[in-house]
Amino acid sequence: MKHDTMGYAFLDHTGDIGIRVWADDVKGLFEEAARALFDIITDRKKVEIHLSREVAVEGSGREELMVAWLNELLYLHEVEELLFCDFALSEIEGGSVKGVAMGEKFQEGRHLIKTGVKAVTYHQLEVKEKDGRWQARIIFDI
Amino acid sequence: MADQVSIQLKKIDAYRWLVPREGGMRTDGMVYADERMMDDIKKDQSLLQVRNVAFLPGIVGYSMAMPDIHWGYGFPIGGVAAFDEGEGVVSPGGVGYDINCGVRLMRSGLERKDIQGQIRDIVDTLLVNIPSGVGSHRKDLKLDKGQQHKVLEKGAQWAVDQGYGLWNDLEHIEEKGRIPNADPDLVSPKALERGRAQLGTLGSGNHFVEVGYVAEIYDEKVAGDLGLAKDQVTIIVHTGSRGLGHQVCDDFIRVMLHAAQKYGIELPDKQLCCAPLASKEGKEYLAAMACAANFAFANRQIITHWVRETFEQVLRMGPSTLRLDLIYDVCHNIAKLEAHTVDGAKRRLCVHRKGATRAFPPHHPDVPADYQETGQPVLIPGDMGRCSYVLVGTQQAYEETFGSTCHGAGRLMSRHQAKKRAMGRSITKELEAKGIYVRAASYATIAEELPEAYKDVSDVVDVVNGAGIGKKVAQLKPLGVIKG
Repeated sequence: MKHDTMGYAFLDHTGDIGIRVWADDVKGLFEEAARALFDIITDRKKVEIHLSREVAVEGSGREELMVAWLNELLYLHEVEELLFCDFALSEIEGGSVKGVAMGEKFQEGRHLIKTGVKAVTYHQLEVKEKDGRWQARIIFDI
Repeated sequence: MADQVSIQLKKIDAYRWLVPREGGMRTDGMVYADERMMDDIKKDQSLLQVRNVAFLPGIVGYSMAMPDIHWGYGFPIGGVAAFDEGEGVVSPGGVGYDINCGVRLMRSGLERKDIQGQIRDIVDTLLVNIPSGVGSHRKDLKLDKGQQHKVLEKGAQWAVDQGYGLWNDLEHIEEKGRIPNADPDLVSPKALERGRAQLGTLGSGNHFVEVGYVAEIYDEKVAGDLGLAKDQVTIIVHTGSRGLGHQVCDDFIRVMLHAAQKYGIELPDKQLCCAPLASKEGKEYLAAMACAANFAFANRQIITHWVRETFEQVLRMGPSTLRLDLIYDVCHNIAKLEAHTVDGAKRRLCVHRKGATRAFPPHHPDVPADYQETGQPVLIPGDMGRCSYVLVGTQQAYEETFGSTCHGAGRLMSRHQAKKRAMGRSITKELEAKGIYVRAASYATIAEELPEAYKDVSDVVDVVNGAGIGKKVAQLKPLGVIKG
């Protein structure tokens, strides 16, 4: 899924885990951040696409939307025991994000849980456009 | 990683460091640490977080950090801050996502030799009886909405009502296992949904149940009063409010981001968003937080019951021989309205403890009757490979830190660093060579929870003992552990 203009890297944070994400456009940024989240949770290569969930969240501003989007995915992961491997954003406006998360139900034995993520935090949160590219800094509570 | 800010530090004595007030700070910061620890503390951004907390309105006394301080989000882990009930604020980020994450300690009528050769059986059976890992829960514990509301209102009392444990367990839980004024109607349907199948589950990360023994006693008299003796088998349970608490925190951080704007509160970090204690938002957060805290009390109470059942099952002994009595249960992540004396005047304060433990002194009315002479027991778990400590609260802690002390070892390495260190090693085998049998729902957790990823808890405890904000009573060593 990754190509040159899109990606993420881990940041060293003592208590928790942080990521820096970059992409050419804001949709790509939200999708890549979600992939990073599920790379932390599981081995995403072992997750197949058997189902999808429509996700729609609201918030004021890109930063609040990013946290809301990722926390919604965590909620679905926890409540429905789902693992997602890919994401497609259909709409992003000032106050809302709509998209699809694709994956399957967690299966003991076949899937690995690497790290339990409790929440997506607002600590040092950044979502911004710089020189025509988008980047984000996100810290998760582990 | 981010913007490095240099923080001024003034050494006060062997254990105290002042962060002098500057810029937007409303008060000084105070960090409890020794010289060697301070070298590590300076490496991450936790001191900046001590400074940032001092920006919040209505803060009373210092913005404090215990020696297990490490970089959190918003407040530092190990942070303690009190706010005036009238002029101060409450901040969900000052409590954290895992509301009322906490620890309880049980003693037993067993000695180490009584379970020799059976520790594997005990640990394996604990892992069967206590759900941990994704989606795992007991089929015999299902709640409808009405019952779930009762859990949120009544906490550990609900659990005992249902037959999980004993009435006298409640005497030995902070707040008797029930924070008053909990209002389940303020908990969102999403939070309820996340909590529905998670009552009576351990969760992942650093949560655990540990069987250990008393390795050393530092104060015979107090240890005796707590019913602790050398070589006695002990059990520690460490877990919190699970997804329900995480969701309550997330829901209210969103509320507080807007509230902070509405009330004109300037924030050095969004995660510190807050509202006045006297406001609707502030009151509603405390009433929802109480629900999550009560869920956590019930969770630890139910798990305690299953620990007792496990020992009965494996050792084929009855409760009167096992005598698995609860010594105490403390919260690590909580904000509570408490009465404190500041400059000679009695005041009501909202004390935030984020990765810190209440440590009330002897004769305090909130300390259980049988501990009136000893002070409130404080339980400090270490990493899997070293040891844990039992302390008691002191008058000095009451006067200096609003009755607070440290909560654990505190991380030294990031999870990423820890995993790199663990690469190519079998941590479970290394621990087994030291006589510690570890089982986990997910073995990836064990690499992240590598003992050397943590500060040595003995150093942390020596600082609070040396500074007088906690009194060392006994050291416990692990024999077997289940991890989430």
